[in-house]
Amino acid sequence: MSLLLRILRHADEARHLSPLDWDLLVRQCRHANLLGRLHQRLEAAGVAMPERARNHLLSGTIMAEQQHHSILREVGHLRDALSDIGLPLILLKGAAYVAAGLPAAAGRLFADVDILVPHARLGEAESALMLTGWQSTALDDYDQRYYRRWMHELPAMQHMFRGTALDVHHTILPPTSRLKPDARLLIEASIEIPGLPGVRTLALPDLILHSASHLFHEGEPDNLLRDLTDLDALLRQLGEDPAAWDALARRAERLQLSGPLRLALRYSHRLLDTPVPARLLAELGCLASGPRQRILDALYLRVLETQHPSAADGLRRAARKLLYIRAHWLRMPPHLLAYHLAHKALFPPQADTRNLTADEKNAA
Amino acid sequence: MRIRDLSPADFLARLGGDGVRLAAGPFNCRLQSGIPEIAEELARLYAHHPLIGADEFIDFHVGVRPGRSLRRWLRPQAVFSVDAVEPFTPLPRNQALAMLEWGLNWCITAYSQHLLVIHAACVARGDRAVILPAPPGSGKSTLCAALANRGWRLLSDELTLIRLDTGEVMGLARPVNLKNASIDVIRAYAPEAFLTRPVHDTTKGTVALMAPTEASVLAVGKWARPTWMILPRYRPGADARLEPMGSGAAFLQIADNAMNYHILGGHGFAAVGRMVDHCRSFNFEYSRLDEAIAIFDRLAREAEGDAP
Repeated sequence: MSLLLRILRHADEARHLSPLDWDLLVRQCRHANLLGRLHQRLEAAGVAMPERARNHLLSGTIMAEQQHHSILREVGHLRDALSDIGLPLILLKGAAYVAAGLPAAAGRLFADVDILVPHARLGEAESALMLTGWQSTALDDYDQRYYRRWMHELPAMQHMFRGTALDVHHTILPPTSRLKPDARLLIEASIEIPGLPGVRTLALPDLILHSASHLFHEGEPDNLLRDLTDLDALLRQLGEDPAAWDALARRAERLQLSGPLRLALRYSHRLLDTPVPARLLAELGCLASGPRQRILDALYLRVLETQHPSAADGLRRAARKLLYIRAHWLRMPPHLLAYHLAHKALFPPQADTRNLTADEKNAA
Repeated sequence: MRIRDLSPADFLARLGGDGVRLAAGPFNCRLQSGIPEIAEELARLYAHHPLIGADEFIDFHVGVRPGRSLRRWLRPQAVFSVDAVEPFTPLPRNQALAMLEWGLNWCITAYSQHLLVIHAACVARGDRAVILPAPPGSGKSTLCAALANRGWRLLSDELTLIRLDTGEVMGLARPVNLKNASIDVIRAYAPEAFLTRPVHDTTKGTVALMAPTEASVLAVGKWARPTWMILPRYRPGADARLEPMGSGAAFLQIADNAMNYHILGGHGFAAVGRMVDHCRSFNFEYSRLDEAIAIFDRLAREAEGDAP
């Protein structure tokens, strides 16, 4: 278990770290996009941080605060754009945590705002957003077609002046997935955020289930530990009320998301020591230990760690690859998967690097 | 111990192995390179910087390595990495040293939100600092290099670091990045300064790095108070002339050149405001370095005269 996980589980252990331990902790934390979150944990636990380490962690908090500020401004713009066509704004994931002021927002960094609109009104919503300056980011025709035919969201949008990124979802998993949660149920149960008329989030159990299904269906490993800490924070909000946990399990069944919930509880409990009622762990089979589970553990315990090299063994690359394939396997039927992977192999996307000299001036 | 105390062989071995660990002002850096030919110049650029122990916290784990793609047989490349992440497209191998410097600038900018980071040069007399924010081509680095060779100590050429609590400037005393014509100007003006061999055809034109003076590096831990904000502009043939700048214009200049003004929010506003309150601000036009330096020296004498 990495140093980062140990400190996330027990912040108090940070009281006894050497300068080299702090060095490693900051590096593992940066690779997991958790600088701000760990900073807030340590502050809350009253752990004194050495100045150098604190500067890096504090920088994470400051970045997060700035992003939260701009997300809230963006939320206002989005609400106005959608209210023109009589739709409420329903926020998902990070934007929801921030707007609703949930503990899961603490120190969280963002790439984009995620929103949910009813499938029947997707076209209308896209037009309304385009009229207020959001445009589809430049993708090739294949990607446009791929998103619109097979995915649970439109191709990512970006605001032409403010540069903010937006994902417009019509449900929380691709329609081609084996699991088919009914988005209408999510929308019906959504709740208005106090103090933000016209802005809604999913109910807490649905936020948890969305976080869980995202965690085990997306193939992007760099933020998985960050996402697991989101889940941990959401689960801790359920508290010790057995009724709330039972309601979560029932809701999972209703939405066909018992599978992701089982894995979420297993790994959150195991890696982050999330308090989950023992009865529920047993009932849902979170403690299973068959051969299939051992394979999943071998994969997930490698990618749910910080992706810093210090926490890797020789099998991590393979685990990342296999989970990428598993994520796609869960998202689409075999013929579609074969076609998609073949296309991506023949026409790989551009590498994600930037031009140094142009970029150093715009680093922030 | 300082970098100059290492034998060339020892420096090279460290650079190619676990890394050279040095302190540049407030930042501890570990420099690694799989490109051995940068070692000699790198050791001279950082000759006076203190070495730090292997048991100390490192702020930036950076390095350059040769590109591995097939292209390397046609055009050898250099790749910059910070702690195993390679965020930038490779550059030609002969730009490896400059890439390391630019990459380090990027790290400071991207990871230091606990400071106000201004794209500006900064030199000081004692604890009084001149901040020189300026767009490329304004002659900022030339002026900064000239001042640093005439009794002003170099705090920074690219990035001026302002503490949010006290408003002081924290020096870096890292190499000065000279471009195009200014390389020969500084060579002629300060023949004793160490400059790297010029590298041609970078995105910034021809570049060379100038080592900070020993005095600058030894005094780097002495933070300075922003005392003047001077916006330089090189105009061929112009007589050196200081023109007072209003505080509103000065505020906008600093905010506009601050890399993380938009991230710091209220703290950034307060920090820039405090700087403007404590600085005399000027527009400055010049063409001849001696004249320019005479004016800077006069400002410094006036300030000393004013001092209680």
